[in-house]
Amino acid sequence: MKGIKKLWIGLGLLALVSPLGLLASNTAWGEWGSDELTKLLGYVPQGMTRFGDLWHAPFADYTVPRAGDRPGYILSALIGMALIVLITWLLGRLLTHGRSLSREEQGQ
Amino acid sequence: MHIPDGYLSPSTCGVMYAASAPVWYLSARKVSKTLTAKKVPLLSVFAAFSFVVMMFNVPVPGGTTAHAVGGTLMAIVLGPWAATIGVSIALLVQAIFFGDGGILTYGANCFNMAIVLPFVGYFVYWLTSRGAEPGSGRQWLAIALGSYAGINAAAFCAALELGIQPLLFHTANGTPLYCPFNLSQTIPAMMIAHLTIAGIAEVIATEGVLAFTRRSLHLGLNTDIGKKEVTA
Repeated sequence: MKGIKKLWIGLGLLALVSPLGLLASNTAWGEWGSDELTKLLGYVPQGMTRFGDLWHAPFADYTVPRAGDRPGYILSALIGMALIVLITWLLGRLLTHGRSLSREEQGQ
Repeated sequence: MHIPDGYLSPSTCGVMYAASAPVWYLSARKVSKTLTAKKVPLLSVFAAFSFVVMMFNVPVPGGTTAHAVGGTLMAIVLGPWAATIGVSIALLVQAIFFGDGGILTYGANCFNMAIVLPFVGYFVYWLTSRGAEPGSGRQWLAIALGSYAGINAAAFCAALELGIQPLLFHTANGTPLYCPFNLSQTIPAMMIAHLTIAGIAEVIATEGVLAFTRRSLHLGLNTDIGKKEVTA
């Protein structure tokens, strides 16, 4: 499918303008971290302190180490899309067992 | 709508994983029967779109933010089963690499955004577009209704999951252990955000991309990978 290139170009452009998403800097409702919760409630629920820090993401909050906010956000968009392509490709291979590849080749 | 770790009790997280698991299994089975190597790039481009569109935070009433998801879009183009897989992949990358949404809460987040969202969206689209001419005003209206319904159904589920926490899980003196907000707070907060701005953002994203793919890719609507004509 050749036209899919146009979609990727569109996505690349979206990634470049993704820092627009930073303009609305407030946290989404119900996604506050412990600092914000302390400000909101005056305390942090026990379960949140216990499970909230379970996992430390390498690019937490779409930041890239040593990159500024905006370049980091753009890089995050690109890294995320690359990871998605990789995972989808792997999963696609797993799910199709290479079957559809040969069938498609036969059809063409 | 990405519930972080600590907002839901481990038992709630377990229930939500259990609820999502059979749908993941069925999606994998359905998609493995109909997915062709040709469709894999299409799935990845729409999953990537879903990932990026969720980065466009928009301010909503109440001082918080929300975002579109692109799940109904994926359901209309590739079918709801493939949409479940596509959005789940986007959510997995967000949780593991960007800390957006928790690991324990991944099952719940997938249930809301990768299952309820595309299935409700697709169902409403299907119901309201039946018999409509391809590309007609009514079909575009159906797309708007579907994508609006889908994201709001997902937001409502998230509000329920969050809002039952203080009722079920608290210390002996009543202090909440997890999400401290009850249903009378979570439902208005989530629904006002999504019935207004985020719902409109989802409609714009869905209609915009479909208009673009129709013109540039000659990609018809309903190119459901579960349907015969596109699997041959």
